[in-house]
Amino acid sequence: MLCDSCKERDAVVQVTQVTDPPVRQLNLCEKCAAERGIETHVTMPKQPLADFIQAVQQKQLLAGSESWRCTFCNSTLRDFRNTSRLGCAYCYGAFEAKIRDLLRGVHGTSKHQGKRYRPPAEGGVEEGGSVATELRTRLRRAVEQEHFEEAAKLRDQLKVME
Amino acid sequence: MTLDLSLLPDGGVNWLDASGDHAGIVLSTRIRLARNLEGFAFPGRARDGERLRILARIREAVESSPHLRANLLVRVDELGSEDRLLLHERHLISKELAGLDVQHPVRSGAAVFLGDGIGVMVNEEDHLRLQTLRSGFNLADAFADMQRIDEELGERVPFAFHDEFGYLTSCPTNTGTGLRASALIHLPGLVLTKEINKTLAGLQQIGFTYRGLYGEGSEVVGNFFQISNQTTLGRTEEEIVDKLLQVLTTVIAREEEARRVLLRDAGYIIEDKLWRAYGTLRYARSLTFDEAMNFLSGVRLAVGLKLITGLSVYTLNKLLIFSQAAHLSHAEGRPLSESEANLARARYVRQALAAEVGM
Repeated sequence: MLCDSCKERDAVVQVTQVTDPPVRQLNLCEKCAAERGIETHVTMPKQPLADFIQAVQQKQLLAGSESWRCTFCNSTLRDFRNTSRLGCAYCYGAFEAKIRDLLRGVHGTSKHQGKRYRPPAEGGVEEGGSVATELRTRLRRAVEQEHFEEAAKLRDQLKVME
Repeated sequence: MTLDLSLLPDGGVNWLDASGDHAGIVLSTRIRLARNLEGFAFPGRARDGERLRILARIREAVESSPHLRANLLVRVDELGSEDRLLLHERHLISKELAGLDVQHPVRSGAAVFLGDGIGVMVNEEDHLRLQTLRSGFNLADAFADMQRIDEELGERVPFAFHDEFGYLTSCPTNTGTGLRASALIHLPGLVLTKEINKTLAGLQQIGFTYRGLYGEGSEVVGNFFQISNQTTLGRTEEEIVDKLLQVLTTVIAREEEARRVLLRDAGYIIEDKLWRAYGTLRYARSLTFDEAMNFLSGVRLAVGLKLITGLSVYTLNKLLIFSQAAHLSHAEGRPLSESEANLARARYVRQALAAEVGM
């Protein structure tokens, strides 16, 4: 199909004009499109709707992430940003992705290479066990009350502990 | 609670006895580990009662640990501010544990178990800050001591550990090994030959950093630098310690070379400068802390260059500690104003030098 404007080159882009009624459809070549300020090299998303929803969700997550809360000690990411200190060991599970990025930024890696800790046979199970039990109770309650976002965080924290 | 440091071997300052390698240049070597107990919020977030429970758990562990059971428990939260400052000046507790930071007033449950070159701070930034101190350049022994006490405590209380991230700490800058290895090193030769900035920049490029006499946030005075690893994650404990060993060996060699250059190229200027420092310390009637540190640095260099003889490095080390404000107040038995402290400092230094080299 030839370009509707220059009538010389092949049209590569289809433009729908709505600013100047009636609505007109123009087929333009690369050059004429560029003259009108129309980008012809835009890669079009394969799943525009899904991508759009994901982008909106990400934006919401980023905007709301400051108030993410660790279910063990109740501190938020905002608290961490203000004090540079985490509230408890479970914050590492609650904010895992953010902390992984941060550790990579600070240390160049997030993978510990040093000594592997073996917890004591009795004390560790008792103390860790009581926390895990508490987290499991909270998880069950969150599922019952359909607080799925909180439930997901609790599940992640339990996963870290196990 | 009253503080009685006479219960400690040498008042807790035997790490100043100048017995280790290169003691004229390296005052002390230190290893620090950050550890937290599983199941409790970190001290900054924990409630008062929770911190007291943490202390109780740790106390139980310390008292049954072969290498720690002889340590003396000092409840920092029950001490007055003068005593807390005294412990900090003696390098036995951090500024944060002492509650000297405006941002971090003293916390309930803040305590330290003091021993012979081994300290266990409780409820600092992390539940546990273990430190081992050795006189001179002696990383190997400080590290061996540390591994022993880490092992013993880790068997008695459960530490917070993550499969990927390693030991979990309040500040992510300590995550992983939780280990900081450092040496307090005197580098007047590199400062006078203006080589110091190049040396320090080189350290930073390979993952090491420097601080002042009292560690994080402190100013460099008297040409004393605390050199330590900057990152704690991604390398083994042995690799961190070995690397610091290599780095310090290089820095010491450069300092020695700078001193040779100074003597060769500017012999009489340096000699005059150092003797003037010595003269001031011997006869001044009032000395500020910074003045004392700078003149002591000069005299230390003069002793290293063998210009001044009959004066031991141990005495110079002790002067650094005991001429600080809280130590002077402690010796006088009352709080001193700044000008009173300056007079007391000059008197103390005069007497200590006279006692060593004669009138």
